[in-house]
Amino acid sequence: MVRWKTRPPELPKSNESSPCPAGRTLTPKKTLNQNSNIVEIRALNYSVSGRSIFKDLSMNIPRGRVTAVMGPSGTGKTTLLRLITRQVRPDSGSVHVDGTDIETLSRLDMYALRRRMGMLFQNGALLTDLTVFENVAFPLREHTELPERLIRHLVLTKLQAVGLRGAIDLMPAELSGGMSRRVALARAIVMDPELLIYDEPFVGLDPISMGVILRLIRRLNDALGLTSIVVSHDVQEISTVADLVFLLSGGQVVATGTPQQLQSYPSEIVRQFMGGLADGPVPFHYPAPEYFGELLGRDGET
Amino acid sequence: MVRFLLRLAIGSPRALLRFGLVSEQIFNAGAQSLVIIMLSGLFVGMVLGLQGFQLLQRFGSEEALGTATAIGLVKELGPVVTALLFAGRAGTALASEIGLMRATDQLSAMEMMAVDPIQRVVVPRFLGGVISMPLLAAIFSMVGIYGAQLIGVQIMHVDAGSFWSQMRASVGIRDINEGIVKSLIFGVACSLIAVFEGYYAEPTAEGVGRATTRTVVTSAVMTLFLDYLITAMFL
Repeated sequence: MVRWKTRPPELPKSNESSPCPAGRTLTPKKTLNQNSNIVEIRALNYSVSGRSIFKDLSMNIPRGRVTAVMGPSGTGKTTLLRLITRQVRPDSGSVHVDGTDIETLSRLDMYALRRRMGMLFQNGALLTDLTVFENVAFPLREHTELPERLIRHLVLTKLQAVGLRGAIDLMPAELSGGMSRRVALARAIVMDPELLIYDEPFVGLDPISMGVILRLIRRLNDALGLTSIVVSHDVQEISTVADLVFLLSGGQVVATGTPQQLQSYPSEIVRQFMGGLADGPVPFHYPAPEYFGELLGRDGET
Repeated sequence: MVRFLLRLAIGSPRALLRFGLVSEQIFNAGAQSLVIIMLSGLFVGMVLGLQGFQLLQRFGSEEALGTATAIGLVKELGPVVTALLFAGRAGTALASEIGLMRATDQLSAMEMMAVDPIQRVVVPRFLGGVISMPLLAAIFSMVGIYGAQLIGVQIMHVDAGSFWSQMRASVGIRDINEGIVKSLIFGVACSLIAVFEGYYAEPTAEGVGRATTRTVVTSAVMTLFLDYLITAMFL
């Protein structure tokens, strides 16, 4: 039995509500408690330096599924993950995780909740002064008093799952970007979290690693009964693992559904994003003066 | 910064229980600064020996060279120069290390693993600096006195007996206490500024660079300002 160094996480009861925002439909892949959402976001507003990132955003992320959050660059996908984990605070609105309004939690209670989450950062965020082994063992050493033998066993098991058991003595600086992310994934799952959050897990991965990570996301989710939230741009890859996709644009959810439903979604913006088209409601170019005029120096002196 | 200092003070007893983390930082901030501290101490002592000998010779009291250099080093130059060197070597290392941890999401990752980065990263580094500073200042003064002796006794032929006996007779416990108090306070100030600047650095390469520069400048000015205050207090 795990001996906790600090207060073990409490397991608040989840509330009961619909898994999808009003007006959206979802065809479930498997039988789940339809009313069980692990994350519920209500009327959330968030802005940075006067620029609005989310406007009245509402969404429900169902328990036990792989949920993908997609959208064009700069739509606040990573920010959404930071809001769910209270790394940043909203201007207004609420975020409920497993039935608890995280705004009302004290720092210690938030830490207790985070012990039930794992997060894979975009760049891995490995601790650069620790070896691969020590990085994965870090949460175990901080939160439990497990014997060294068991820690070694757990760490090796997780590293084996990501294919890096042979890299235990390497330092993070000696790893490639893809390897760093796989080590970070091993660290994220070492405490057997209930909610696993992936921020752009496929960036910089070679096809083999990407396939492994994709299968791992699905396998972890199904075998351990986790809930996974994946932020990604990779439409094709995410379509193979996600049960539900939220497409964000302009600070709001513009479409929700299974990947198959989104492929035929009757919306220009969804078609543009899923098809990777340059022309559409989402401008490819950042607002700028007229191109030829600027090249010929008509409007400017440069 | 006062609230930040309070958080460090509250976290310090718990951090001392995990002394392995603190001793690692004493090694980083203290042991790794030894060479620069000893070399600087030696040269400062040698300059004091030369200048002091020239000055005291005018009054025919070269035997007081030991007293003059020892008091100058223990009360003033030891703590102040050590603090300035500490800010330049260990302070910048602390600020840039913590700043880079912020920029590369390592602190956020700790937060996500329910580990308080202030308790795990900042407090041990702060304590490492606070503990190292008086030790480094003592070593600086000791090597400085040896440097002054090297010039005064070995080269300028001041009587060795007079050099050491006058030093022993004139340097009192109050002088040593002043040096200890100064180096402790400088240790708190320089370490606090370094970890504060690093922790709140803008998470960009430019932001970390700015935090590092601010650490050196603020620490140097604060050291000299506090030096004046403590000297006035001990008069």
